[in-house]
Amino acid sequence: MTATPTRTPAARTPKLNLIGLEKTEYKGGVSTLCNGCGHDSISARIINAAWEMGLKQHEVVKFSGIGCSSKTPAYFLGMSHGFNSLHGRMPSVATGALVANHRLIGIGVSGDGDTASIGIGQFKHLVRRNVPMVYIVENNGVYGLTKGQFSATADQGQKLKYAGTNPYMPLDICIEALAANATFVARSFAGDAKQLEALLKAAIAHKGLAVLDVISPCVTFNNHDESTKSYAFGKEHETPLHDLSFVPSYEQIEIDDYDDETEVQLHDGSWLVLKKLDAAYDPTDKHLAYRTLEDARKQQKLITGIFYIEPETPSFLDILQMTDTPLARLDESRTRPSRQALATLMAEL
Amino acid sequence: MSVIVQEPQTEQVNQLVVNDFNINVATANGSGSQTSNNMLIRSLYKMGIPVTGKNLFPSNIQGLPTWFNIRLSKDGFLARRERIEVMICMNGATVAEDMESVESGGIVLYDDALPIANHRKDVHYFPMPVKNLVKAANVPYNLQRYIANMVYVGVAAHLLEIEMDEIKQALTWNFGGKTKPIEMNWSMVTAAYDWAKENLTNDQPYRVGRMTGFNEGTLLVDGNTAGALGAVFSGFTFAAWYPITPSSSMAEGMISYAAQVRRDPETKQATYAIIQAEDELAAIGMVLGAGWAGARAMTATSGPGISLMAEYVGYGYFAEIPAVIWNIQRMGPSTGLPTRTSQGDILASYFLGHGDGRHPVLLPADPTECFEMAGAAFDLAERLQTPVFVLSDLDIGMNLWITKEFEYPEKPLDRGKVLDAKELTKFKDAHGGQRWGRYLDVDGDGIAYRTLPGTDNPAAAYFTRGTGHTEYATYSERPDVWEGNMQRLAHKFETARALVPAPIVDEVEGAKIGIISMGSNHPAIIEARARLRDEEIETSYLRVRALPINGDVRAFVEKYDKIYVIENNRDGQLCEILLVDLHDLGYKLVSVAKCDGMPLSARWITEQVTK
Repeated sequence: MTATPTRTPAARTPKLNLIGLEKTEYKGGVSTLCNGCGHDSISARIINAAWEMGLKQHEVVKFSGIGCSSKTPAYFLGMSHGFNSLHGRMPSVATGALVANHRLIGIGVSGDGDTASIGIGQFKHLVRRNVPMVYIVENNGVYGLTKGQFSATADQGQKLKYAGTNPYMPLDICIEALAANATFVARSFAGDAKQLEALLKAAIAHKGLAVLDVISPCVTFNNHDESTKSYAFGKEHETPLHDLSFVPSYEQIEIDDYDDETEVQLHDGSWLVLKKLDAAYDPTDKHLAYRTLEDARKQQKLITGIFYIEPETPSFLDILQMTDTPLARLDESRTRPSRQALATLMAEL
Repeated sequence: MSVIVQEPQTEQVNQLVVNDFNINVATANGSGSQTSNNMLIRSLYKMGIPVTGKNLFPSNIQGLPTWFNIRLSKDGFLARRERIEVMICMNGATVAEDMESVESGGIVLYDDALPIANHRKDVHYFPMPVKNLVKAANVPYNLQRYIANMVYVGVAAHLLEIEMDEIKQALTWNFGGKTKPIEMNWSMVTAAYDWAKENLTNDQPYRVGRMTGFNEGTLLVDGNTAGALGAVFSGFTFAAWYPITPSSSMAEGMISYAAQVRRDPETKQATYAIIQAEDELAAIGMVLGAGWAGARAMTATSGPGISLMAEYVGYGYFAEIPAVIWNIQRMGPSTGLPTRTSQGDILASYFLGHGDGRHPVLLPADPTECFEMAGAAFDLAERLQTPVFVLSDLDIGMNLWITKEFEYPEKPLDRGKVLDAKELTKFKDAHGGQRWGRYLDVDGDGIAYRTLPGTDNPAAAYFTRGTGHTEYATYSERPDVWEGNMQRLAHKFETARALVPAPIVDEVEGAKIGIISMGSNHPAIIEARARLRDEEIETSYLRVRALPINGDVRAFVEKYDKIYVIENNRDGQLCEILLVDLHDLGYKLVSVAKCDGMPLSARWITEQVTK
């Protein structure tokens, strides 16, 4: 059994969203990733979430770095501008673009190599600045495009076909995000369509940086049972998402009917254990978030859901106190001060 | 009382040297001497005297030796001059060396608490009782060290006859009219002045005197301040930077000026954003993101920052994103001499990035050109959709220059080929049925049209990537597509030749020798040419103001028998770049290059041409 979503669209009349568009209009180019790649499931969830939320594609900008995951913005929202940047350097580009036009909705897609290795610095600063955008890490613990080296999120002791056994401790994307004062930290699983879509919608609605660490198994290079990125587990779903105020009212969030713990088998036959967050879990308690993540790591469990949210923190754009008209749209009359202003400043020299 | 070790030669004293000498002030870094030095140079400037100030400072916050060299030149020569006639010694660590550096017949003012090993017989010494004067001034203990530097201002004012009124006004300006520090400093200056008047016999020849005809219509300002103003007045909307000497003061200038003139007076909302990034990689990434989204975006950095930006500059070239990068050059390679000047990044900037690619480079020669080129760089970057460098250096950027007042920019901003939603709809009709493609050259100049994110037209979106792409911005690895795109980029660079600032040529009838130079060398070239003329060697001069060069440079080189390419680096980098375009004329080019961290001097240039 796979956790691949089976949301069947109504077969009869084309289903239209809030702004009268069919879902197909939110697609992008054809994916060139491996068959069964978790990343393609995530693209599908982004398409669905954007369509269901009725996003105007021209108001969305897509960003990515380098790697398998970073190719995916070409495969969703074909009518949105996209910027496939450099390895590990997407956060800076996204920061610049969103400051230049604060009306845009930013969706960034990165991978574990792109975020936790080469890009850890820019990632942490993006988080620290609370740039309002969705930052998705399609996390598989392995370098796919360069054919199977360990990434910084690979588990200690994990075995890979070519790279051998990983002797190092992993970085945990969610813990790194928390430590950098993230205002939205969540983890999901590429195969959990319902939860991922709910989280994507919440992340898009969040007015700050939303970190979504999505475990997305690599069907080609990371298929060992002992890897939490290939199949291990733990899912605690969750403080019910619809209890959180940022979820759009028209959106019905369904709670998966997992028991306390669920095991999901994926492409290569290994297993993922999904453990629910405790019903009493308070996603505004940062200490609790740390503890939960640390315990999950120790127990090799994959816990999903929103670990932490702080919707009140001003975003980077709030702090910059910019004019309502986006910087990119200002005309000369507003960006070139008067002759008198120059004369005054020169007189002060 | 002046300590006259040798009997004064009365003829010398009778022959006063007015407005034509060098003052060198030796102090310790972080002792507050900058204020004193600025008071001196500003007073002299306001008296109408052509002056130039070179601050020779260490890479250090406090304690290491620093020198401030003020050249007065009644003839208006503003290059660095090596000789020192008036030495002011306030630093025990360097006092022996400093006293040795004075020209024969010069004078030395020194803190009388300094350990003086031996007096030279050919200079006049004026000890200053700094400690006693400071004590008498009765200022708080923590300010005594700072105020001590005002002693030499007062003593020098007396000996050199600097107008005290101008010093008072300079203090008022420096402290923004704040009474308390003005009064405290002023009382120290006057106490020292009075002491000198009372106790010193002014039997030395150096004097200053008010003059006219040179400083009118000018400013005394550094290039970073000028560049900052230029950016603020040429429509910048985005800047990201990371602190690095000697560029930081440019970003800080922008922060200060933009806050004054680029915020709504009522709402205080800004028409710009300035972000201090976590490093230069992030700074250039932000600039590219902002430029891509439609902002006029820039960064300011120096050599090590340029190295870090290499990958993104290559991206900007290939994905065709406007960006302006100020490189206030310091001495490299590596960390190098962080507080010394150089023109050593020309090759690195021109060719920055892997693979084929080059970038327009603007070469301002003084603060006024920094002001002007701030706007020119944005226009070029947006017109050409590519990263554009402005190569200033520490000498222009951080030293005080007398420079032409800035002219208010009249030319409308050039925002380049950007299609809005309506224009995009009409594109096909306007271009013979050709559908818009992000990298499709419909005008034949190598420059395609772009759309900005947020454009409400279903055809507007495209995917920007650093990988191979077609004219319609789709991914491609096809050999012909790759090569076609690269050839178009090369063609675009040819278009740039006619758009960048043209060289300035001063041709002299009958000259056989040509000089080519750039940037901050300009004052030294002017002076060297005057000296050469005195030796009956006429020269013509072409100052390169941008890369790529245009046809004027070839015409100039063709005309003269021998061309000296003068620059402030080891390898003769400008000469090397000229050889790329003018290899058939290479036999005429003589590379004259020096890199010791100091601005070039006219003496050295003259020697190179005459040897």
